[in-house]
Amino acid sequence: MLNPNIRKQFPVLKHIENGHELVYLDNTATTHKPLRVIERMTKFYTHQNATVHRGVYGLSQSATDYCEEARKKVQTFIKAKHEEEIIFVKGTTEAINLVAESFGRFHLKKGQEILITEMEHHANIVPWQQLCIKHGCTLQVAPIKDNGELNLEAWKAGINKNTGLVAFTHVSNALGTTNPVQEMCDFAKAAGVAVLIDGAQAMSHIEVDVQALNCDFYAFSAHKMHGPTGIGVLYGKHELLKIMPPYQTGGDMIDVVTFEKTTFAVPPARFEPGTPAIAEIIGLGETIDFLTEIGLNNIFHHEHTLLNYANIKLKEIKGLRIIGEAKEKNAIVSFVLDDIHPHDAGTILDTEGIAVRVGHHCAQPLMKRLEVPATIRASFSMYNTLEEVDKLVAGIKKIQGIML
Amino acid sequence: MSRSQQLYEAMILDHNKKPRNFSVMDPHTHSSHGKNPLCGDDFYVYISCNDTEIEAISFIGQGCAISKSSGSMMTEMLKGLPIQEALELKESFLEMVSTDISPEKKKSLGKLKVFEGVKDFPARVKCAALVWRALEDALGAKSGETSTE
Ligand SMILES: Cc1ncc(COP(=O)(O)O)c(C=O)c1O
Repeated sequence: MLNPNIRKQFPVLKHIENGHELVYLDNTATTHKPLRVIERMTKFYTHQNATVHRGVYGLSQSATDYCEEARKKVQTFIKAKHEEEIIFVKGTTEAINLVAESFGRFHLKKGQEILITEMEHHANIVPWQQLCIKHGCTLQVAPIKDNGELNLEAWKAGINKNTGLVAFTHVSNALGTTNPVQEMCDFAKAAGVAVLIDGAQAMSHIEVDVQALNCDFYAFSAHKMHGPTGIGVLYGKHELLKIMPPYQTGGDMIDVVTFEKTTFAVPPARFEPGTPAIAEIIGLGETIDFLTEIGLNNIFHHEHTLLNYANIKLKEIKGLRIIGEAKEKNAIVSFVLDDIHPHDAGTILDTEGIAVRVGHHCAQPLMKRLEVPATIRASFSMYNTLEEVDKLVAGIKKIQGIML
Repeated sequence: MSRSQQLYEAMILDHNKKPRNFSVMDPHTHSSHGKNPLCGDDFYVYISCNDTEIEAISFIGQGCAISKSSGSMMTEMLKGLPIQEALELKESFLEMVSTDISPEKKKSLGKLKVFEGVKDFPARVKCAALVWRALEDALGAKSGETSTE
């Protein structure tokens, strides 16, 4: 396991919630930020603030350089071939919308199919659904198995000569299931189909190599990997970005503008209109340095030790049922309690200072498929401890004591 | 008593486990569907009333202990009540679960006072309020769908 001193790097963990030291088990929703990321952003605003790409004066040139360094860091982190393949966006949601609008509307043909899976987050459902409505495509949904794994055979069978694009999550936020993304990419690419991966829950937990995956698009959010909110990344293969039209237009993404006609800049600028989230981009760069120093493997082992321990401890509780028991999982445990509604459970845990997520986890179709209105979800990160799992278990017993 | 024990008062737990008037009522004169999509609370309220009085009232659906017991106790309190009084009770109830109210008002709420603790849990106000909003909607000009999110 990681040295528990790592907690000291996350100042918010000292927060007292309802008289208890905060036990933060909602890392799937958002993660906490290490001090060095916060300090890096503060330093930018305190000493270095200027906009980018207006570089006649020194501060602006430096701001531009910092952002481009961050782009290189992202490139190295996800092993992209070119830095131009890294587009800064607001987050996963915007990244998927960008692809749906720009690639979907202009490169998918009417009548083609888009294949998603039953375990997707609304962010990887609704943009495709809207595209289908506007553009005359059809949305196909591959089923999951009762244990929360993707039904891979059915997914493969869902790809046919009409399929224009497949979009699937790397890791399910609601169940923790880790999909066999390499096998899925290999299969889809062999069939000549474009691939988008929703990487929101994979980043900072597992190593991602977009070239090995050979996916066309990979989307993620910095705030779910210990970085700032308001910034995320769309990775796109250069050969596709090159031919995709802009998603939004304005300043910074143009080549030449006259009132008659505008020619657009080359990627990534074409997809980054307006003043970017400069401090956040720099913060993301710092986050990547932080993660690289700790080592993704070490984080993975730490989180999986917590996951295994939580699985054992939670299964000992009578009347508790874990939802989603895929063989390959990230450190996310969803569960329900007999005769206790998740919201009541969440409220009682909160009074014990334990922050979990209760609800449908932005995956209403998945909840319907699993026939539960909502679940309680505990998700672990590099700063969580075995003692916190014990506190969760004690909290659940308290819930049962009060409610049953 | 811990904060959560204050919220989950014995009477609330009892109504959660054994909700009263928990059924579809057909025929009825008024009905409404109350739904909080974010948390999944989902209830139907059915009312049979003449020009002035609630003759019968029931509810059915699924949700957390707060929303379900609120529905159960609402139906118990309102049966046989003049419509005007029912609406006044609704106003007092909605006020009590979100702010401090006068002792007289509190008294008028009778056993519904057990929901007083909800105001200390802002995220749960909408749970307690849901069936009452559905009641309001059902008795209003048009009955249909309502939500407290
Ligand atoms: C799997 C998955 N996809 C997409 C998103 C959306 O991410 P964001 O809200 O940062 O755009 C989330 C966030 O919860 C997620 O878990």
